[in-house]
Amino acid sequence: MSVAEFFSMGGYGTFIWSSFGVTLVLIVGEIIAVRQQHRTILQRLGRMMRLNAEVEK
Amino acid sequence: MSINWFKYSAPTTFYPLAGKMVPWFAWLAGLCTLFGLYWGFFETPSILSDQKQYYRIIFIHVPAAWMSMWLYVVMVCWALAGLIFNTRLSYMMASALAPTGAIMTFLALVTGAIWGKTSWGTWWDWDPRMTSELILLFMYVGYMALQSAIDDPRRADRASALLAVVGLVCVPVIFWSVNCPDPNQCAALHQRSSMANVEKNILTAMFTMTFAFWMYCFAIVLMRARNIILARESNTTWVAEMIEAEK
Repeated sequence: MSVAEFFSMGGYGTFIWSSFGVTLVLIVGEIIAVRQQHRTILQRLGRMMRLNAEVEK
Repeated sequence: MSINWFKYSAPTTFYPLAGKMVPWFAWLAGLCTLFGLYWGFFETPSILSDQKQYYRIIFIHVPAAWMSMWLYVVMVCWALAGLIFNTRLSYMMASALAPTGAIMTFLALVTGAIWGKTSWGTWWDWDPRMTSELILLFMYVGYMALQSAIDDPRRADRASALLAVVGLVCVPVIFWSVNCPDPNQCAALHQRSSMANVEKNILTAMFTMTFAFWMYCFAIVLMRARNIILARESNTTWVAEMIEAEK
């Protein structure tokens, strides 16, 4: 079986690869979004703590 | 030996515990995906030569559909635990599950539509299972919308938890909504099928992918739960001490 044959999937390649593509995009997107959210929260908390420390001085 | 389970229901102890668990689930998910895809694409050649290959969508369609229902059941369990015991972590877990559940439901619908187009010639039909799955998507979205619409987090938690519990009615409907016992007599996308009729290698790939999706859901939900804990407990001393220690 050649590579081209494999990707054509007996003529159903578009359907199969778009299904797997949508899944990949959504899952990778979800991971990136959650990690980004984590960084944003930590940055905000850090800023808040620095502000508090300065107020207390 | 007695274990104090309530110890782990405190965000203080749960946050680091979840952090330790995420990499394990993530690795398991990755390995199982590789194995499942390999098996699904390369170990099933003999039955492919004359059959239509679009059935391979099954390797994501079925896991996504199962996860969409399973995550909803788990979400309702946490919502109920929150309503009964009034523990903070329960509500946080419930809201951490909703976006992933919505994504899984969406994936089940989209891959189902693509499959429907190839095998049935139409993207959408009001097949009972498709319709109830669509309602499940609306339940997830409604849950998230209701939670973000109420400013007071405690009220938002309780109201959305109640909505989640009511929406549980969708899940058994999806599970049993197969209206076509004999494919020769009616054309429905979802027919009553038995595991015994499915080829062994396809089953292997499908179950491995289901396990991979499950592990992925564990990992991403725990990651999101950690974010929610951090955001909601931001003015407590333990969060301050932990950030101080991580510097």
